[in-house]
Amino acid sequence: MLRKLMKSDATFTMGFVLFIGWIVIAAVANWIAPYDTLAQNLAIRFQPPTGAHWFGTDSIGRDILSRVLVGSRISLFAGLTTIALASTFGLIYGGIAGYVGGIVDDVMMRVSEMVLAFPGIILAMTIAAALGPSLFNSLLAMVVIWWPNYARVMRSMVIANKNEEYVEASRSLGASHLRVFFIEILPHSLGPMLVLATLDFGNAILLFSGLSYLGLGSPPPTPEWGAMVADGALNFNYWWISTFPGLAILTMAVGANFIGDGLRDLLDPKLRKGM
Amino acid sequence: MSDEVLVKVRDLKMHFQVGRGLSLSKARVRAVDGVSFDIYRGETLGLVGESGCGKSTLGRTILGLYRASGGSVSFGDVDVLSRRGRAMKELRRKMQLIFQDPSASLNSRRTVGQILLEPFIIHGIGTKAERAAAVAELVERVGLSSWHLSRYPHEMSGGQKQRVGIARALALRPGFIVCDEAVSALDVSIQAQIINLLEDLQSDYGLTYLFISHNLSVVHHVSDRVGVMYLGKIVELGSHEDIYRRAFHPYSKALLAAVPVADPERRPEGRMLLAGDVPSPIAPPGGCRFHTRCPSAMEACARIEPELRDLGGGHLVACHLSDEKGKGGATQS
Repeated sequence: MLRKLMKSDATFTMGFVLFIGWIVIAAVANWIAPYDTLAQNLAIRFQPPTGAHWFGTDSIGRDILSRVLVGSRISLFAGLTTIALASTFGLIYGGIAGYVGGIVDDVMMRVSEMVLAFPGIILAMTIAAALGPSLFNSLLAMVVIWWPNYARVMRSMVIANKNEEYVEASRSLGASHLRVFFIEILPHSLGPMLVLATLDFGNAILLFSGLSYLGLGSPPPTPEWGAMVADGALNFNYWWISTFPGLAILTMAVGANFIGDGLRDLLDPKLRKGM
Repeated sequence: MSDEVLVKVRDLKMHFQVGRGLSLSKARVRAVDGVSFDIYRGETLGLVGESGCGKSTLGRTILGLYRASGGSVSFGDVDVLSRRGRAMKELRRKMQLIFQDPSASLNSRRTVGQILLEPFIIHGIGTKAERAAAVAELVERVGLSSWHLSRYPHEMSGGQKQRVGIARALALRPGFIVCDEAVSALDVSIQAQIINLLEDLQSDYGLTYLFISHNLSVVHHVSDRVGVMYLGKIVELGSHEDIYRRAFHPYSKALLAAVPVADPERRPEGRMLLAGDVPSPIAPPGGCRFHTRCPSAMEACARIEPELRDLGGGHLVACHLSDEKGKGGATQS
């Protein structure tokens, strides 16, 4: 299946290679990083890319290549965890609201809108600050502000599908509500959820970086891409400081997006080309 | 067709609330509003009427797919509408539904094989091998081949898809099937094939059909008896001949007059055309619901709602003109 998909879909292949590439790098980062990510050396601060430091050095002389490689671990973890938890919760929440409908739907959706009404980063800051800065708390804060998007998409997909005739057919055969939901409705709702999740993956990494920058995510000096980009933004004359972690975020997010598009096509038999 | 009543519908009502949630509106759509009739074992009862008259709603309410607002439905000696949960699930094996649009009634994400396995899985019938054999027999019975099982619905033609829909309805060996516009979405040549298939299945399995359609020619072809519906009510019900030869109700006559005739020379004399639109089922007119459009409406029609009465031989009509039939009032029209 995977091989067929890769043969027929060049974008998916590219996304797959990029994303798997980052996962491999994250797995072996501690062994392939040429320098200690925390080793400071003010004598070589702000060095442009050279043979010794391929990606240059930052404001306190740390090797950027090593920090980008090791930073992939925390970014991948934060992005995947946030998206997985938020989309799972949103899927269940929106699924119930859409399927049950009526008053239940009204109440559940008003609650989700209360969360959406806050600016995301402010709410995440409040939660993370109230719980105390730690990796776990910042991830929790991200999930809390993130799930309503998934709940809304899921709800609209369920509502669009629950009155279709194939659902009625299943019901007239005597299928239980759970069976109707999981067998008939859910497969039709997964495509948009998957695309949203993969598009959001980049955003999640960026938000996590933002929290880190504010001292609420992974505290410095942990190598973290968002914090590195922020560091580069303060030292704007030295382009390499922001560029390389920025490119890392870009490639990881793009890889996830391409995979999402490919998976959506794979899930819908009508969109499968020549398979 | 026997004299044994299989489905008995009494004063069935299905009203839908307009607006939802916190809306204060109390308006209700009276899609089906007090319908009574019997369906005999082994017969095909045709149900005709224009779009929005409630015929599809009636079919689904009889099957218990909607929660009826009032009245009763008995299937054999079982009270359909009071059944819930497990008892309802058991009853579903005996009554099934064939849908109008086969593209919409088959889940596009599942293969034909998966779709046809579904009834057996839901009711926990048979082992894996027995299920596969039953599915293979089903596809064969409706005129498809076993290689269709691995196909997705979008890879098949409309007629093939409708055959899958029929096979699914047939899987649990029901005795009663509601065909809701089962051929209306198909090409004319395919319609004939599907109708022949339905008739073959009827004689092989002793099926009873409620055949809902807006197409009078198709109903003419398949039905033993025919009911005419207008705005949530049955206005005339009788044998095939009663309706097509001796239609009494002005609405039935108007419907029949609207059937296109292929020969331009043979236009029916004094062709009767209805003016105006169907009134809203939210606020149906008082008295006889048809009086706003009826060419022979009398003063009493706006005040008194006519009851279904037997003109003889089970030919039921709800029309005040039938009161005067004895006096020779309406016979000349």
